[in-house]
Amino acid sequence: MLRYTTDHEWINLEGDTGKVGISPHAIEQLGDIVFVELPEAGTSVARGDSVAVFESVKAASDIYSPAGGEITEVNTALLDDLTAITPERAHDCWLFKIRVESAGDLDELMDESAYNAMIG
Amino acid sequence: METSKTPLHTTALHAFHVAHGARMVPFAGWDMPVQYADGIKGEHLATRDSAGLFDVSHMAQVWLSGPGAEAMLESLTPTDVGAIGEGRVRYSLFLNEAGGVLDDLMIARLDGVLQLVVNAGRADHDIAHLRAHLTDGVEMEVKSDRALLALQGPQSPAVLERLGVDLAGFHFMQIGHFTIDGVDCIITRSGYTGEDGFEISMPAAEAERLAALLFADAAVSLVGLGARDTLRLEAGLPLWGHELDETINPVAAGLRFALSKRRREAADFPGAEPILTDFTNGAPRQLVGLLPQGGRPVRDGAELALDGTIVGHVTSGGFGPSLDAPAALGFVDAVLSTPGTELMALTRGRETPVVTAALPLVPHRYVRG
Repeated sequence: MLRYTTDHEWINLEGDTGKVGISPHAIEQLGDIVFVELPEAGTSVARGDSVAVFESVKAASDIYSPAGGEITEVNTALLDDLTAITPERAHDCWLFKIRVESAGDLDELMDESAYNAMIG
Repeated sequence: METSKTPLHTTALHAFHVAHGARMVPFAGWDMPVQYADGIKGEHLATRDSAGLFDVSHMAQVWLSGPGAEAMLESLTPTDVGAIGEGRVRYSLFLNEAGGVLDDLMIARLDGVLQLVVNAGRADHDIAHLRAHLTDGVEMEVKSDRALLALQGPQSPAVLERLGVDLAGFHFMQIGHFTIDGVDCIITRSGYTGEDGFEISMPAAEAERLAALLFADAAVSLVGLGARDTLRLEAGLPLWGHELDETINPVAAGLRFALSKRRREAADFPGAEPILTDFTNGAPRQLVGLLPQGGRPVRDGAELALDGTIVGHVTSGGFGPSLDAPAALGFVDAVLSTPGTELMALTRGRETPVVTAALPLVPHRYVRG
């Protein structure tokens, strides 16, 4: 189940665990990404907590967790080549996996068509 | 999202930018391209490697003529305006009585007219400032019917030469008339990237055609304001509102060269006393380059600390594509301004180690006579 936040994160939930990333639109808007900070596995987070930072040439952008739970795995391979983070690869460029405590967190998020309507 | 009710100004090249895939953003009251499809890093590197074409028409072009124009400008700046020969350009500063900087500007003399270029964000202020100090017989014209393009980078002379412009004997900080495709252009060999390059003033009605002509050269890339900022950051060139403002003394900002010798000796410019005190003794804080360690950029406003004590702050920060690393500018206590000093930048509760560095961070490549 793929859902989006109004802050342009996506979460793809399979069972009780979701991969989290940022949308193609967000990657396009960031421009050249020059630094990424990822959370640490084992961290417990609440929905809306700042869990990662994307730094572009011009600005820093916080990434917020779409759901509460425990971060179980972090995609550190992403840091090897930041130029590989492109709008086309947005859904391959997951940042972390989270074991979601309450699937109800996702009820307030948007499905793909609602998200696409939001960004116009 | 732009919330201001005032409509944004547009330059003569607005449609050209949109047609070439620019991302337009509000900047100083203008709707300007922050980047094109290549992105900031690509545009930055294209400028350093070859040539970049920038629309800088948002900057105001102001011409002063008539007897008294020199004296009037000297009353507002620390520049020996009388010593600016025909065909020459100087970097200058509008100063206040406290020794702060109201704006920085270029002053050129062509056909006996003093031609000024001032920052877009300060244009209204500067024009009012000039108007308030107009003396009898001085005529001021705001040339809003002219566009201004910057062509910057090592290939820029060759690009102009391919269009028939003869650059023999034309060097850094000179100004002259040149014809491009039948249009009388006023060109200065100057810019704000640290590279060799030109600023080309032309009638606004010709701007789109000449921009297309310049861009048709394979050496030329279109470059937005994003890369303009990373280029000037690496070049250590101050930006008003960041490294310069009404409270920052030009000596602290590394602009001793902008204080003409005759004017220093006469001590007859606004803020002469505090500025000359710092000129002699050194400013308490000094502008330095900052190289953040570990890959994370530091941003404007971050405080700089040494052993837990605040010793300065970051004024501009981002990424330097030519350095392929984060880069920043900031003020630090003068005793800590020696290159290689290790400090800590405090950003949103985070500490980033930074090392001070001499300016420019990337060497200037001006072509001097």
